[in-house]
Amino acid sequence: MKFAVLVFPGSNCDIDCFKAVEDTLGESVEYVWHTATDLSAYDCILVPGGFSYGDYLRCGAISQFAPVMTEVAKAAEQGKYVLGICNGFQILTEARLLPGALLRNESMKFRCHDTLLTVVNNQTPFTRDYADGEEITIPIAHGEGNYYCDDATLKQLKDNNQIVFQYGHNPNGSLHDIAGICNERGNVVGMMPHPERAVDELLGSADGKKMFTSILKAWRDQHDAANIR
Amino acid sequence: MTQQTSVKEPTAEQVADQQIYKQMGVSDSEYELICGFLGRKPNYTEIGVFSVMWSEHCAYKNSKPLLRRFPTTGPRVLMGPGEGAGIVDIGDNQAVVFKIESHNHPSAVEPFQGAATGVGGIIRDIFSMGARPVAVLNSLRFGKLESERVKYLFEHVVSGIAGYGNCIGIPTVGGEVMFDESYDGNPLVNAMCVGLIDHDKIQRGVAKGVGNPVFYVGPPTGRDGIHGATFASEELTEESEARRTAVQVGDPFMEKLVMESCLELIDSGIVLGIQDMGAAGLTCSSAEMASKAGNGLELYLDQVPQREDGMTAYEMMLSESQERMLFVVEPKDEAQAMEIFERWGVICAKVGKVTDDGRLKLLHHGEVVGDMPVHALVDECPIYDKPSSVPAYYEQQAHVDTNRYDEVTDLSGALKSILASPTVASKAWVYDQYDYMVRTSTAVRPGSDAAVITIRGTRKALAMTTDCNGRYVYLDPEVGGKIAVSEAARNIVCSGAEPLAITDNLNFGSPEKPDIFWQMEKSVDGMAEACRVLDTPVIGGNVSLYNENTRGAIYPTPVVGMVGLIHDTDHITTQGFKNEGDVIFVLGDTFAELGGSEFQKVIHQVTEGRPPALDLDIEKKLLGSVLSAIQSGLVQSAHDLSEGGLSVALAESCISGKLGASVALNSDNLRHDLLLFSESQSRILLSATPAQADALESHIQSQGVPVRRIGQVQGTELQIQVDGKQVLAEQVNNLRQVWEDAIPCLMN
Repeated sequence: MKFAVLVFPGSNCDIDCFKAVEDTLGESVEYVWHTATDLSAYDCILVPGGFSYGDYLRCGAISQFAPVMTEVAKAAEQGKYVLGICNGFQILTEARLLPGALLRNESMKFRCHDTLLTVVNNQTPFTRDYADGEEITIPIAHGEGNYYCDDATLKQLKDNNQIVFQYGHNPNGSLHDIAGICNERGNVVGMMPHPERAVDELLGSADGKKMFTSILKAWRDQHDAANIR
Repeated sequence: MTQQTSVKEPTAEQVADQQIYKQMGVSDSEYELICGFLGRKPNYTEIGVFSVMWSEHCAYKNSKPLLRRFPTTGPRVLMGPGEGAGIVDIGDNQAVVFKIESHNHPSAVEPFQGAATGVGGIIRDIFSMGARPVAVLNSLRFGKLESERVKYLFEHVVSGIAGYGNCIGIPTVGGEVMFDESYDGNPLVNAMCVGLIDHDKIQRGVAKGVGNPVFYVGPPTGRDGIHGATFASEELTEESEARRTAVQVGDPFMEKLVMESCLELIDSGIVLGIQDMGAAGLTCSSAEMASKAGNGLELYLDQVPQREDGMTAYEMMLSESQERMLFVVEPKDEAQAMEIFERWGVICAKVGKVTDDGRLKLLHHGEVVGDMPVHALVDECPIYDKPSSVPAYYEQQAHVDTNRYDEVTDLSGALKSILASPTVASKAWVYDQYDYMVRTSTAVRPGSDAAVITIRGTRKALAMTTDCNGRYVYLDPEVGGKIAVSEAARNIVCSGAEPLAITDNLNFGSPEKPDIFWQMEKSVDGMAEACRVLDTPVIGGNVSLYNENTRGAIYPTPVVGMVGLIHDTDHITTQGFKNEGDVIFVLGDTFAELGGSEFQKVIHQVTEGRPPALDLDIEKKLLGSVLSAIQSGLVQSAHDLSEGGLSVALAESCISGKLGASVALNSDNLRHDLLLFSESQSRILLSATPAQADALESHIQSQGVPVRRIGQVQGTELQIQVDGKQVLAEQVNNLRQVWEDAIPCLMN
């Protein structure tokens, strides 16, 4: 399996995502520059956290116009796995690959600490190794993680089981305690907490590991199924 | 030669006649010296350049004789003071690079940008050495947190640090914050950055190779921060508000791009010399690079990227616009360098040439607008041996008996008051605003004795801390200086690390005042002695003088930033109790020592007497015994006893570990409040499993260190008995609440 970690000017969790794939899976992973125009070689695209383009104007607002984002949309369309973490989540909402928006934290302050999450949907390719309703500890680090969408969208998210993670103690004012969501098809996930920071007990938690193992498992299943056909 | 570039600028004659140099902080005698070096009167640009190069900030003209007293060498030191940052060997061809720097004056008038650019500046110092910055720490001092102005400064300094560090993606992992009226109106904002480097990648700021091109990297130069270095070298007054334009504006996004592109450039192996443009911008970086190579430099100011129209040579040379670097490569490597910056979208322009005449020559609009000998700029600033005299207060304090207060019997109430004091209280309000986890190497987060960063691909880790109790230093600068170094070492050792070296930030009042200079002298002596005994040389640092407010000088605050090496991540130790039933030990002796203590301040509202005594030989033994015990796997938790003494250390270990403790002490005829709150030095709290308790006790004893088994980790309460009688019992959750709520309550 081949992972791409996108690099925008100002991405700063790109290295962490790269290391997490390398350490937890040992699968092939490459950095892909924001100017890239071909993602066909990759099976999973990680859109990392950071402050792309300085988060100037609005978080993720400038990144959506980077050439690579056209390819990300294409990959999502093809059913490839796309995971946006923190700033990556913001970029995916700005690019309309996921519904809703991320507003400033209710406290108006950047918040960095561990959070307790509930796995609400363990049916996505990103969460299948978790038990339904499993409680996990994953850190957050953001100033704009307050998820918002209109009532109709929220209803849709609920009806389609698109809410993937919810906070135990809402740290930012997110609607419905939403920490992460997926698209209707389930192959694009965006989340504010950082699973790539939770893959080593020495650094505080290894609860994020299962996200990476889930992706690999999902890909293998899909792959095997394709081979059988 | 032409004397000026703008009709508005004074001529050389006017600079002389109207003594305009004085406004720039140049004295009459210094002006005469400059005329001598030039063989004529300096023009406006030249006097500007000299004034910043000869400011305290750049030339250390008042502090150099003191700085020479520090030990700066050691078997591990690869680079001592003089470059952007010092470097210490940590084995396996790796080295750690670190430095601390102040941004006190800018933060006093414009706290957000002042603090933000302080962080940006110190990060540049680290990556200009070729190192990858891996962590940032901050040492902050504010006035009493009850005042609205202090709250404003505190809030914005913290968000300035957060805004810069979070965006650039370097974790802010620790530091300290203390509050005392002494810092009203003159907060201290010291930022420290730690980086990692391979030995063969170490860079120096040298302009090597006559004829080689000099490149400018980073955003265009604007009119911001002009005379920042001079501003930093004078006292803050009512008029300081008008100096807001001397404060620069930071852009962490730009710095991220400059950092990544410069590290890639360095990695390519083509760089001959590189230096950041910090204080005094283009002036200081160009003059220092030329000086270190024994060369000269020509600068073509028309080529300098400019943000505004019509900038004069004076403005360009003195601007402190942020995120800029200067580097030298051979002509054959120009294209390769330009390609790197183009890809990162960073401006890079050829602005000069290395020459052999030893002069800094400035060309603008086809004319020579400045021509100065480099050695005069860099090496010839007069060094002053300031008069020093023992202050009256110091003599008076000798007679204060710090045991004269009535005995406090509500020890539980006293403990809670101290836990709620902003200096001791939880700083989560501060560090939760910092991204302390980015780069995924933070093994010990803010809030323990020292932060710990792992080194990928090895079992090694780095412990880092900043420390200084200004009250102790005020009451006795020499002892206070020793304590600052020793406490830092204790924090490092409690984390399982071997102390390597220090960087220091000497924050003092005006050196023109003999009693302030005496404080500087004595505290440097104390620090230097501690560094010698504890084998932690000073590898670099910063001096910030003229820290005064309307009531006088701040407490002398020589902040120590220390880094230690953890040889194996298994040795990483934290302060929180770990397991029910573990045995608790206190190492070191407790005496009746309340001078400068948190107890004295919070309960009796005074800071007086002499600070606790410190014997460096005892300290050294203590540190050695604890480190070897940790390395032998005998220790579950370790915590240094500092502000608030034994009771606060116990409470903190309980709170961090979410466990209670049952402790029984012998008073040895010491009053109970003294026993619990004395701040006697060279004490550490350890815990060990019951199976290892005997081994730990005999190990410590065998090293000649006093050790007492005082209780065990137990239940949900902190209970303390003295001579068989219970004197304190509190639910740990109550203590936690008091400790956690204190700062948020004051700030909301």
